[in-house]
Amino acid sequence: MIVQALTFYLFAGITVAAGVMVVSARNPVHSVLFLILAFLNSAGLFVLMGAEFLAMVLVVVYVGAVAVLFLFVVMMLDINFVELRQGFLQYLPIGGLIGLILLVELVLVIGAWVVAPDAAATIAEPMPAPERMTNTHALGLILYTRYVYLFQIAGLILLVAMVGAIVLTLRGREGVRKQRIAAQVRGRREERVELKKVPTRGGI
Amino acid sequence: MPVAVPELMPALPEIFLASAAMALIMFGAFRGEDSTRTVSWLAVLALVVAAIAVPVVTQSRVTTFAGLFVTDAFAVFMKELILLGSALAIIMSMGFNEREKIARFEYPILFLFATLGMMLMVSANDLIALYLGIELQSLSLYVLAAFRRDTVRSSEAGLKYFVLGALSSGMLLYGCSMIYGFTGTTRFDVLAAMFAGVDGAEVSVGLIIGLVFLVAGLAFKVAAVPFHMWIPDVYEGAPTPVTAFFAAAPKIAAMALFIRVLIGPFGDLADQWRQIIIFISIASMILGALAAINQTNIKRLMAYSAIGHVGYALVGLAAGGEIGVRGVLIYMAIYLAMVLGTFCCILCMRVHGRMVEGIDDLAGLSKTHPMVALALAIFMFSMSGIPPLAGFFAKIYVFFAAIQAGLYTLAVIGVLSSVVAAFYYLRIVKLMYFDEPVEAFDRPIERGMGVILAGTGVFTLFFFAYPGPVLNSAAAAAAALFAG
Amino acid sequence: MEELLREYLPILMFVGIAVGIAVALVAASYIAAVQRPDSEKLSAYECGFEAFTDARSKFDVRYYLVAILFIVFDLEVAFLFPWAISLGRIGTFGFWSMIIFLAVLTIGFIYEWKKGALEWE
Repeated sequence: MIVQALTFYLFAGITVAAGVMVVSARNPVHSVLFLILAFLNSAGLFVLMGAEFLAMVLVVVYVGAVAVLFLFVVMMLDINFVELRQGFLQYLPIGGLIGLILLVELVLVIGAWVVAPDAAATIAEPMPAPERMTNTHALGLILYTRYVYLFQIAGLILLVAMVGAIVLTLRGREGVRKQRIAAQVRGRREERVELKKVPTRGGI
Repeated sequence: MPVAVPELMPALPEIFLASAAMALIMFGAFRGEDSTRTVSWLAVLALVVAAIAVPVVTQSRVTTFAGLFVTDAFAVFMKELILLGSALAIIMSMGFNEREKIARFEYPILFLFATLGMMLMVSANDLIALYLGIELQSLSLYVLAAFRRDTVRSSEAGLKYFVLGALSSGMLLYGCSMIYGFTGTTRFDVLAAMFAGVDGAEVSVGLIIGLVFLVAGLAFKVAAVPFHMWIPDVYEGAPTPVTAFFAAAPKIAAMALFIRVLIGPFGDLADQWRQIIIFISIASMILGALAAINQTNIKRLMAYSAIGHVGYALVGLAAGGEIGVRGVLIYMAIYLAMVLGTFCCILCMRVHGRMVEGIDDLAGLSKTHPMVALALAIFMFSMSGIPPLAGFFAKIYVFFAAIQAGLYTLAVIGVLSSVVAAFYYLRIVKLMYFDEPVEAFDRPIERGMGVILAGTGVFTLFFFAYPGPVLNSAAAAAAALFAG
Repeated sequence: MEELLREYLPILMFVGIAVGIAVALVAASYIAAVQRPDSEKLSAYECGFEAFTDARSKFDVRYYLVAILFIVFDLEVAFLFPWAISLGRIGTFGFWSMIIFLAVLTIGFIYEWKKGALEWE
């Protein structure tokens, strides 16, 4: 139990610290690396809650793919972040105020934490005890049948993402010679080789 | 674990639309770029088929997919408007895209996916289904806003829309998670049952904060003040037919979602959300009236006008009840016709093959293009709410609902702001009829555009003579929402 | 829950040891190595010239396209895990539900193939 509590505070502390570093790091590449640290620690927090599948997906998808994408984008945009940051102090009061308001709201929420009396009964699929089945299995039991509607919409959203990315960024480059293997293989001797009778001493 | 296949029939139009969009992707991918016009017409055909199928599969209120999806008369009404708006917007786009050399077959396909997302929004019966519908719609719209990717303004419009849209989605999700945390459910009907007969004061603060965040996220999507800052830049930067689409279908879908969420699961907490709606309604009406006055770009003007119109429509929602909702539905139907017609006129603003967008370019239009000028004058009079045009009735119904609900201040502010707004609408009419002509717009106007212009113009002009169909179906749709 | 977390204890220890070793190595180089800082050691040296531009050059947008297409399929794979282990209990419907999902993404795949988005040129 004590190890669990200590681990929680360790992960939570590192996550928050890494989050602060993401916004305050001078070099954008460092920001992304801190973001990865925050993701990894959040994955640890998920494990502590018993949500193993989410933890692993966080590592595979966010650390493995999204963070790489962020790195590409940061390197693609040739932005001078030092210059961009110059207005930072100017906006600090407003940003701080908004943060403060959100904090007050959160305190209010936690202070008045009244869960509806029948909330436990309304939860559609309570998480099964980990001894009985892993939560990956539990997800699998409902995601593809009971929630097939949401699952298929998610598929369509991914499709739109694919189409959108291609529409916005793919451009055909002019004057590029591509290798067409099919055409090479299809080529016949008659098309490629021409025999010329060269007269002696005449040249072509 | 029982594994039964859910009832697919109620969602047939949506399934059809998704399949059609995917089939068209394949068609386009194999046929190449010169298939754009074919794909566009096939997309219109798919929308028409879906529009026919929607009322056929919906006889009464049905839920399916484990209660995540609902269809009823309200959904039918809204889906018909959305499908109509999308189909007309695709037709309006074809000529423009070919002239501007941005005609690619993905364009109508993204329209189809956006439309599908909107239909899912209208039929959402669960917070997660709501969110996924919004995302499907928004993702397609972000891409469409940036579709003319070689111009800075279009890219900027796409980027701004995306960043602010993502922010609003975040707020919406935060609200949803609060609501889930305090109630343990995301289902609308379970939520409604939970709050039935509950006094607003007993509800926990956390739930109310969740509701506020949800409303803020939705207000972003309809572009109501104070969540409107994206709309002028997006309207101005996006290609004009895309702007026309933005002004029509997504507004209707977001408004439908607004009504569905607030009247359905949170209907009994009306005292909690009514004051927010009243505030954003008043703010939108006033800002829409004042900020549009010194605009010089007609697309920006339409953006501020859209903010104002959303404000008027929200008056009906603030009034609540069957009459209020009916008012909103009538308003959206009439607004759809007016705004599509106006954008048809804007799409005609072409000098020497180049689009112009300045309001001053309209000067003397009555002498060079009398028919377009007449149509635009009708839309402008109608938008400012001058009887006996359609826009007048739209406003009458929402203000009437507000007075019935005892919201006199709201109705008075509405009337006053529409008087102020009349200034800039009438200025356009004055420019067209009393100023010296500048360069004439190119001729001829495309046939499809002319038909849409004539249709919406006739609807707006003669709505008073034959208002029955719209009024009755809106009333039936509103009644369906309160029956369940 | 306790049981579950106990299974993760070795991983926690492993992470702890990894972090410990990393910290120890960096700390040791600070403590043990000779430190003679000089601003010239950090300045760019380009064949004797001052550096003309930033060493970081812009990435091509094509990297981004490849990365985002990768993410889409990565997510698709993430959906396959729960499906694979619960396949025995969700029946034919669950099976076909995933097949439809895969078909949707296959359409996307064919589209990007035909558009040439997977080619580098």
